Amino acid sequence: MAQLDVDLVAADRKIWSGAATMVVAPAADGEMGILPGHSPVLAVLRAGEVRITPVSGEPLRGTIDSGFLSVDADRVTIVAASVALISGTPTR
Amino acid sequence: MGGQQRVYRERIRSTQSLKKIFRAMELIAASRIGKARSRVTAAAPYARALTRAVSAVATHSNVTHPLTTERTDTSRVAVLVATSDRGMAGAYSASAIREADKLIEKLTAEGKEIALYATGRRAVAFYSFRGRPIVRSWVGESDSPTVEMAQDVADVLLDAFTAPVDEGGVGELHIVYTQFVNMVTQVPRVIRMLPLEVVEGVAPVDEAEALPLYDFEPSAEEVLDSLLPRYVRSRIYSCLLQAGASELAARQRAMHTATENAEDLIRDYTRLANQARQSEITQEISEIVSGADALAGP
Repeated sequence: MAQLDVDLVAADRKIWSGAATMVVAPAADGEMGILPGHSPVLAVLRAGEVRITPVSGEPLRGTIDSGFLSVDADRVTIVAASVALISGTPTR
Repeated sequence: MGGQQRVYRERIRSTQSLKKIFRAMELIAASRIGKARSRVTAAAPYARALTRAVSAVATHSNVTHPLTTERTDTSRVAVLVATSDRGMAGAYSASAIREADKLIEKLTAEGKEIALYATGRRAVAFYSFRGRPIVRSWVGESDSPTVEMAQDVADVLLDAFTAPVDEGGVGELHIVYTQFVNMVTQVPRVIRMLPLEVVEGVAPVDEAEALPLYDFEPSAEEVLDSLLPRYVRSRIYSCLLQAGASELAARQRAMHTATENAEDLIRDYTRLANQARQSEITQEISEIVSGADALAGP
């Protein structure tokens, strides 16, 4: 099954990166879910919660302040000035 | 004669304690520089993601934005100078300030009015001593700038760039900082940050290559609106990080040289002290001998 290649990046460091099956992010006009095969999109994110369901391991939840999200050929990049993880382990 | 010996001993002692201080500062700088460099690398993914996104928007839409357009209504120009908070870093701050002065001279010759912004106490002290007004300054964390401080710097500068003329709006923003090349080379650099020029990293668009057609949420204008200030913030942050790493590298090198110089001085003074002691002994002997000769005389 196709999977997403996700990067969760804060201004001063990379928080998490890896393979995931689903990403949910708070886009400017409503929550946005990304599944593999999504069309390329650049979305502005408002403050809210990001949920990433990795291929393996526990789901990752974190709050971001505003940021943006880009999807391009199953490469998802979530960029925010600051990210606070609620659950899940950051990748080093 | 004994006085001279004492003077030398005192000098040796004070140079020794100076040497210890220099050594300690060298070690502190050395231990911090690793962290500063890893901060530079840690901030890179964010900058890369932003650059990629900005160039995506730039290539996919023909949206003009206030941050990318030249302002013609004002001749005020903002210059941000990044220096250190403390000295003891060799020519680090001095060369950044010299570079800034060159830039200011050039801009003034073009008939522009300068609005100075500064980070680091050295620049603040330099300009306030010369009676040149600084619009805004940030001090206290030149060797480890935080995201918050960089954001504050960027917000103030972006505000100035978007402000109307009568509220001190500026038409350009130049940044003078020291680029960290490696441990031995740090180059003072000037970049023109605003208005944003052709976005860096935009690959030349190949006609044959099909570009992914991005959807913009909510719209291309709004995406650009949110991206460009972020891009500027991240660029300013990375400039400050580079300046911080350069400062530490310069300090480490300067303190290393200072330690070596102190060692040289100690060696010289020890020789002089030994010489003084020897000549004192020689003189005493000759005094005794001549005294004994005088008594033993016929």
